[in-house]
Amino acid sequence: MKKLSNILILALVLTGLLISPVFAQDDMPTDDEVNAIAKQLYCPVCENTPLDVCPTEACRQWRELIRLQLSEGKTEEEIKQYFVDNYGARVLSEPPRTGLNWLIYILPPVFILAGAFILFRSFQAWTKPRAVEADSGPGEEAGSTSQKDEYIARLEDELKNRK
Amino acid sequence: MLAEFGYGVLLVSFVVTVYSGIAAFYGVRSKSSALVESARRAQLLTFPLITISSITLIYLLVNNHFEVSFVYEVTSRSMPTYLKVTAWWGGQAGSLVFWSWLLAVFTSAVTLRKWDRDAEFLPWVIVISSITLTFFLGMIVVFENPFTRFWLSNGEVVPSMFRPSANATIFTPNDGQGLNPLLRHPGMIIHPPMLYLGFVAYVIPYAFAMAALITGRTDDRWTRITRRWSLWAWLFLSLGLVLGGRWAYDVLGWGGYWGWDPVEIAAFMPWLTGTALLHSVMIQEKRGMLKHWNMILVILTYSLVIFGTFLTRSGVLSSVHSFANSPIGPFFMGFVTLTLVSSVALLIWRWPELKGETEMKSMLSREALFLLNNLLFMSILVVCFWGVIYPLISELATGQKVTVGPPYYERATGPLFAGLLFLMAIAPLSAWGHSTVQTLGRAIWKSALAALVVTGVLFATYTQNIYAVVGFFLVALVLFATAHEFWRGARARQKAQGENIFAALGRLMGRNRRRYGGYIIHISMALMAIGILGIEIFQTETQGTVASGEKIAIGDYVVEYRELASWDSPGEGVNYTRAVVDIYENGIYLGQLYPRIDFYYDSQQNMTIPGQRSTFRDDLYILLVDWQPVSSIGATFKIYVNPLVNWMWIGSITFLFGLIYAAWPDRDPADAPARRKVTAGNRQTSAAD
Repeated sequence: MKKLSNILILALVLTGLLISPVFAQDDMPTDDEVNAIAKQLYCPVCENTPLDVCPTEACRQWRELIRLQLSEGKTEEEIKQYFVDNYGARVLSEPPRTGLNWLIYILPPVFILAGAFILFRSFQAWTKPRAVEADSGPGEEAGSTSQKDEYIARLEDELKNRK
Repeated sequence: MLAEFGYGVLLVSFVVTVYSGIAAFYGVRSKSSALVESARRAQLLTFPLITISSITLIYLLVNNHFEVSFVYEVTSRSMPTYLKVTAWWGGQAGSLVFWSWLLAVFTSAVTLRKWDRDAEFLPWVIVISSITLTFFLGMIVVFENPFTRFWLSNGEVVPSMFRPSANATIFTPNDGQGLNPLLRHPGMIIHPPMLYLGFVAYVIPYAFAMAALITGRTDDRWTRITRRWSLWAWLFLSLGLVLGGRWAYDVLGWGGYWGWDPVEIAAFMPWLTGTALLHSVMIQEKRGMLKHWNMILVILTYSLVIFGTFLTRSGVLSSVHSFANSPIGPFFMGFVTLTLVSSVALLIWRWPELKGETEMKSMLSREALFLLNNLLFMSILVVCFWGVIYPLISELATGQKVTVGPPYYERATGPLFAGLLFLMAIAPLSAWGHSTVQTLGRAIWKSALAALVVTGVLFATYTQNIYAVVGFFLVALVLFATAHEFWRGARARQKAQGENIFAALGRLMGRNRRRYGGYIIHISMALMAIGILGIEIFQTETQGTVASGEKIAIGDYVVEYRELASWDSPGEGVNYTRAVVDIYENGIYLGQLYPRIDFYYDSQQNMTIPGQRSTFRDDLYILLVDWQPVSSIGATFKIYVNPLVNWMWIGSITFLFGLIYAAWPDRDPADAPARRKVTAGNRQTSAAD
């Protein structure tokens, strides 16, 4: 299997070498240019693996496909679109912002804002009645201190006396 | 024979567990202490029973009993014995047995404690943990039996526990498929047990919380009893996550440790609620507030633990259809729904009795800031949960599969994590009950000034990236503010007691382990944040194919390819291909690295092991992507420079230290007197813990 894949790669490289004189040698896209696009795409066969790091033979060929398309002068967007057209929206690292997919972008902020609102209202509800009762408490303050860990009380005293 | 024995023992443990739950239930209903005692003993019996079954399974694994399908799937002759033992949790069925075994360990341990003061909890704790254990054992004995064997029946090989037809004979394959090579890494051997320990340990706090709800004991007794359980559960879960990250960094070959993969998030979600619980439980203990909220958090954590196991075990993540095909999927889903609904129903039933004893007075008090912390953790949870669930919804609703990848998570959680860092800096300085902008400002201005200076220096010399600058400022703020807290306490003691500063610091920390252990954890989080900022913002990479003697440059580094060798290691069943590269930094020779690819014949899989050079400043991380043995083209390398990533691991070790410091047994907190009920007008203005 390993051997077979090596032969395949060799064949690919050789075809690359044969084809390459057609284009100016310098124009052949580098691995980095290929990876820059592959990074944004997800392997259509493996789960949740970006195309630039996927070790499978299929992904290796897809990377070569990106290289080929780059050398044909296609833009990043066109190449990504090509993959979406052929393998579906799952090759993108995020769902496209259309139709139902808006839910993924809208729901979390709505929930978070709702949470913040509930928390804020709870604060309000908690703090309001305290304004009246807060003054009635000082007599119990000493009692509540005595129930605390005596060390903490001492540390507090130490901190107060420090100045 | 052995397989039948192992399966038989599993069946007996299942029956004993069911009995234990039912006996405890009827015992408490009919006020029969003898029945409850019988339930307790039955529960204790589950531990030796599942242990025997597990040992049988391990024996089969170690001795190449490939007629057992589980053994065939996860081991092979060439695997060393220790790997065959760890294969116990390397596959589906075995890992469920492992889960059950851990749960039996924990529930047995908990039933052995002294119950004199909490006798009313005991039967209900047994009922709840028995229900959980029944579920897992039931799943094993019905759907995921690790003792299923291969049979040759009418010319076909069929997996079955018992003889499928009269003339069937046992079929023993020559060799097994072997454990997935990715799972043979030391990090991956320890990672699942740690994660499972964390997962399973959270069942105990949940069981106590439910017992408190059922018995109507609405004080903070359940949080006090389970405080240490939660802390240890959190420790193991955190450790599991960190080890998983380290494993990914070392063997997955994508230059990072966290990819926002649904499987990772499945383990991260209970950690989020667990962390929120760890904080908000303190409010209940100190102030008698948030009783409802803590119940919700413990229910969520438990449900997310089961849900996380479900996500990773049912195959639902690859496709909702594989969920429908796998028998355990619907079973799991049913259990999660059932426990969630009944827990929430219990909570609603007791809702009026769980009213807070005091109320919030100031938006800047410690408890208010803890609540904000909880809001942030819950927000991250919402982002994660929705990100994992949405692809399933999309597939169900439209048939279209989508990927929710790192860009979504990073954008959504980045500001939330920044908010957590900010709270980490200021919350320890605020007082319980009451703080004002002035008191907080007075406490923090020195730290803020120091952090500003550090950030200014970084801005001038290291980076102008706005996200990095904000991130580093927050990290510096946490570090200075926390260090200042240590210093302030130690100085106060030094002055009062006349001790030297180190003795003062040591005694101070020794007297309040949870508080100062917590501060060490805050420091470790800030250190980890440095690593995260480094790799997220400054990671660079390049890839190139070079012949021997040629070089690839990245940043200040130059990597020169020297040679490559490929050889078989027949004993291990592995083919190694190892490249030798020289590395230089600014022209200075640093040494050699050896990126390699290991090919495992039994499972026909590759493992990419990077060559790494780690310093405090950055990691040079080189992967051998490909090689051409017969041509002069040479080898293809992918090279990453991961700045500051080492701080992630330094932070992790600090974290471990802080947690063990906080959780180390001293006086049993359960023996401490319960906090006196606080009346409405009561005020506590301590800055301590």
